[in-house]
Amino acid sequence: MYKLLLSWRYLRTRWIALASVISVTLGVATMIIVNAVMDGFTAEMYNRLHGILSDVVVESHSMSGIPDPAWHQAEIRKVLGEDVVGMTAAVRVPAMLNFRVRGEWVTQQVMAIGIDEKSYAEVSDFSKFLLHPSNREQLSFMLRENGYDAPLPTSGWQHRRLRVGFERAYREQLHKAEQSRQSRFQRESSNAVVAATTEYDVVGHQAGDGVTRAAAFRSDAPGDERQSENNELRDDVDDDRLAIPHDAGNDDSGSNAADRGAAAEGGLPARLPLGQRPAPLAENSVSDPFRRGSDDGTGEEDADASPVFDEMSEQHTGLVLGIAITSLRHRDPDNVVQNYFLARPGDDVQITFPTSGQPPKAVTAKFTIVDLYQSKMSEYDSMFAFMPIEKIQEMRGMIDPATGIPSVTSIQLRLREGVNLAEARDKLRAHFPADRFAYRIDTWRDLQGPLLAAVQMETTILNILLFLIIAVAGFGILATFFMIVVEKTRDIGVLKALGAPSSGVMSIFLNYGLSLGVAGSGMGLVLGLLFVTFINQIAAVVEKILGQEIFDPTVYYFQQIPTIVNPSMLFWVVAGAIVIAVGASVLPSLRAARLHPVEALRYE
Amino acid sequence: MSSQLHRHATPRRRDPDAGGFLGAAPTLLGAQGLFKSYRKGSHVVPVLKGVDFDVRPGEFVAIVGQSGSGKSTLLHLLGTLDAPDQGEVRFEGNRIDHLRSTSRDLLRNRYFGMIFQFYHLLPELSTLENVLAPLMISQRVWQYVWAWRRNREQATRLLKLVGLGHRLTHRPRELSGGEMQRAAIARALIAGPKVLLADEPTGNLDQETGQEILEILRTLNRQEGLTIVMVTHDNAIAAQADRIVRLVEGRVVQL
Repeated sequence: MYKLLLSWRYLRTRWIALASVISVTLGVATMIIVNAVMDGFTAEMYNRLHGILSDVVVESHSMSGIPDPAWHQAEIRKVLGEDVVGMTAAVRVPAMLNFRVRGEWVTQQVMAIGIDEKSYAEVSDFSKFLLHPSNREQLSFMLRENGYDAPLPTSGWQHRRLRVGFERAYREQLHKAEQSRQSRFQRESSNAVVAATTEYDVVGHQAGDGVTRAAAFRSDAPGDERQSENNELRDDVDDDRLAIPHDAGNDDSGSNAADRGAAAEGGLPARLPLGQRPAPLAENSVSDPFRRGSDDGTGEEDADASPVFDEMSEQHTGLVLGIAITSLRHRDPDNVVQNYFLARPGDDVQITFPTSGQPPKAVTAKFTIVDLYQSKMSEYDSMFAFMPIEKIQEMRGMIDPATGIPSVTSIQLRLREGVNLAEARDKLRAHFPADRFAYRIDTWRDLQGPLLAAVQMETTILNILLFLIIAVAGFGILATFFMIVVEKTRDIGVLKALGAPSSGVMSIFLNYGLSLGVAGSGMGLVLGLLFVTFINQIAAVVEKILGQEIFDPTVYYFQQIPTIVNPSMLFWVVAGAIVIAVGASVLPSLRAARLHPVEALRYE
Repeated sequence: MSSQLHRHATPRRRDPDAGGFLGAAPTLLGAQGLFKSYRKGSHVVPVLKGVDFDVRPGEFVAIVGQSGSGKSTLLHLLGTLDAPDQGEVRFEGNRIDHLRSTSRDLLRNRYFGMIFQFYHLLPELSTLENVLAPLMISQRVWQYVWAWRRNREQATRLLKLVGLGHRLTHRPRELSGGEMQRAAIARALIAGPKVLLADEPTGNLDQETGQEILEILRTLNRQEGLTIVMVTHDNAIAAQADRIVRLVEGRVVQL
């Protein structure tokens, strides 16, 4: 009884000991906060990591991929049976994305992923992250009218029409300016140009009797250069071309091409600064270089367009891009996070892939962005470009000409909730042994293994460090307790004189340590939980005071700090703190127990 | 416990003159040939050099001597707070100096009451709790809670007996020296001890207060037949005891 009473009284009267317990309190509170935030971050990250990835991925090493995906899917179903909830085939290939921002070409490396828009939603939460509400229900690669979520500004068809309309008006102006400039130019320097055109003619004739041959050659060899050049041109003069459909011929047909071929070889440099378009010269050099202005060889090679492609009302193949590929995140002067979109749904981009043959060649196609996704996982948001699988298979030449069966590069599975992914993976690995199938079979955790391991290690190290803080607090308790034992020496002598056994004296101080530990960690528990509950408000206050954002949404993509309080974590933190407090009081208690009563009584 | 209470409740009358002379009376607490020395650094300071000492039941004995004569040490040895280097201490005929510490703790708790020059009340406890401390030590928590009312009544009665019935809830630091010593006496009596060992009980008090304390002890001795061994350096105080044992340089000098 006296043990409890005395330790209780010591607890109430020895404020210095309570001060030493504050460190336990702070340690416990910090551990709880850090763990809650780390757990929150981890869970958020798991969600994001897993969001776009499916549970298990069977991926081919080779560029040509997995032939006959249907057979593979059947085999996988045989192996995993009921556990398979969703399965889809996809083509993943590194690619290059080009799009134009105010006259400058922006090139980005992306991972082009061809997906089946219907079955992909079964294996991944990808569609949850799309910015158009209808696409979130069912993804479609057709451009939507408008109604994209924030932060997208006006997008979709509405944006496309506005943009095209503006561009056309702008070109109209440009065209007029060009015409007036040219008429002036014609007057001033007609002689020089005439000389140049004569030279073209000569070259053209020397190339051989058949002008067509030269043209055919040219359409192959300098094709790349010309193609890119023409792409540049096309964007500027698209509309003029569209206004005169007959001009938009094919590369290999007609005398137009021949003329152009000759022109390209002639005095014209392959690349010219933007201001000096070679177009007017090139097209009409033979007859009259100046008369027809810029109605020239435009996007002739525009493969997917039928003779007339009306940008106003038509779209290329749909494409879904990660938000970070086309946007810049920054802060305005009011410190509000803003997104600036380099391209948005309704804009056209072009993507260059390697083909699946050997050696791989580059193929380029135009796409229309139909939606963006924001998984808040920067790795995905800045890398993945989703497109219809048929398109990518066709472009990469993945369709077996004999059977007409397209191959894929990966088969993605979603398994029933609660299925052990590693086990399923091992079954599949056993079924598709590496020595016979060139496949990599991984769970999403394997694919993100290093990152997950890093986060895990970070959490562990943080916990160790924080626990060391509590251990330091334990030494504080130890020192304080020694002082209290010294201070209480006479009382200890009295208790022994009254017949208190050594064990009883010891347990006074152990109880004291225990109650300090309980009090300290209890306060820490309350403090920590309060902090976690109001962490966003606290962060806001701290931000106001320091003028510095703690959790920068431009970095973390969070508007709120995610927290998860794990009860077992609370238990272990509190238990650990109590054990440390009791442990720290063992030595002082032993000292108290061993005091000789006579010496203790004499102690002044 | 209750029998001991009874013993207090029905004080035995005895002839005050008889004790000193009747050598035939059984020894309650005795010491034979006690040697004790303390180590101070490298050299040994002998304190007791063969002390023989006996207390008969109901006796009020004073041990006097100058500072350093070993009187306090003798009291500690009698109260099993310390063990002698040589010789033995007997309580009711049984040797107690070589008992295990837990047994000695029990002995001190049940049969010996102790008071000190500096009262040694526990500052964190109220007067009442201080008095109850020996019971708290001997009883388990549930026993204590179970017997709370009885314990409290007994403590109150003892505090009234020593004239402190009005200061039950005060902390020791709110009491005067005399009051603290009264509380200490009540604490020493709560478990119904057979011997009261008093180490300079008046040493820190003015003469008047000291005399009051001594009166209480004499009353206890006379009315309740409590055996008292009192250590003092003050001959005037010692003179009020039944018998005086004088210690000079660690040896008993018979008067």
